[in-house]
Amino acid sequence: MANLKEVRSRIESVKSTQQITSAMKMVAASKLRKAQNAILTMRPYARKLQEIMQNVSSGAESKVENVYSVQRTPQRILIIAISSNRGLCGPFNANIGKSVILRINEKFSTQYKSGNVDIFTIGKKGNDFLRVRKFAVLRRDDHILEKLSFETVRPIAEELMAQFAAKKYDHIEIIYNQFKNAAVQILQNEQFLPIVQNQSQNKGKSQIKTDYIYEPSKEEIIQELIPKSLKIQLYKALLDSLASEHGARMTAMNKATENAQEMLKNLKLSYNKARQAAITNEILEIVSGAEALKG
Amino acid sequence: MNIQIITPDKTVYEGAVTLVQLPGLDGSFEILNNHAPIISALKAGAVKVKTTDETLLFFDISGGVVEVLNNKVLVLAE
Repeated sequence: MANLKEVRSRIESVKSTQQITSAMKMVAASKLRKAQNAILTMRPYARKLQEIMQNVSSGAESKVENVYSVQRTPQRILIIAISSNRGLCGPFNANIGKSVILRINEKFSTQYKSGNVDIFTIGKKGNDFLRVRKFAVLRRDDHILEKLSFETVRPIAEELMAQFAAKKYDHIEIIYNQFKNAAVQILQNEQFLPIVQNQSQNKGKSQIKTDYIYEPSKEEIIQELIPKSLKIQLYKALLDSLASEHGARMTAMNKATENAQEMLKNLKLSYNKARQAAITNEILEIVSGAEALKG
Repeated sequence: MNIQIITPDKTVYEGAVTLVQLPGLDGSFEILNNHAPIISALKAGAVKVKTTDETLLFFDISGGVVEVLNNKVLVLAE
């Protein structure tokens, strides 16, 4: 049986750890609320933009050609991996890293061998994960997660779009955690460029169409809208990832606090057992001493 | 007529107005009450809004789209 002092100091240390984890849980919860709010305010914008785009493109007779929708044989690939800057959030970052590696091995192995797959990480942890596994990370951008706003995301999206248009990359993918709820994140693999034309949305076509005046022309409006929706797509991925991160951390810390509680319970039990044994021992000694004196 | 100016981050302005001036791609234009439905792309510039109590408000945008439908003006700004 462990001695009393040892157990007591262990109890102390577990207690202070528990305090830390429960504080972190609280912090994550409040950050999560903020991140969720950001998603909620962004949604109406994204939905409206989508609506307008549909409205305009359903009226346009010819399929609109755009530099961003050109399908080329994917030779130079860029993978954007969105993770987090801080750890202690369960398998959040490892999932991203694994998925990037899996993606490279499965889909782009030939391109990777010829050195044509570039990785762009957002978030320190994902970067570390990939670097340890000897994947060259072309570019990293960690600070934007600290203060995430559309203003900071826009230049990055614009740069990516310019690189695609300049044929530096033929295929750009985003890998990130999509936020479902505080406990559940869905790993997402989204094609950023070229644009995926979604046919499935034609089902709402039967609704009454309003006769809009288009200014300048439908085609020009679409050309304006496509870059906007791309920026929104990247921004949305980042927001989702941020909310997922806090959700994941909250869950992980909640679990850790519970485990600490469990551990405390066991330690207290063994502490009391040890104490009891010591007392019994002492009484035994006294009694046998008295017996010996009686003679 | 009601206006809503929203950006991806937040709703910038929402309220009843009598006049909206917007920086369209082909030049600035105004929208008054009962304007026909229109969708237009905007370039960088200022959105001028005259509220029902005659005060003028200005919002700087760096591009966007506007949709006008049934006396509702929706500006998706950047």
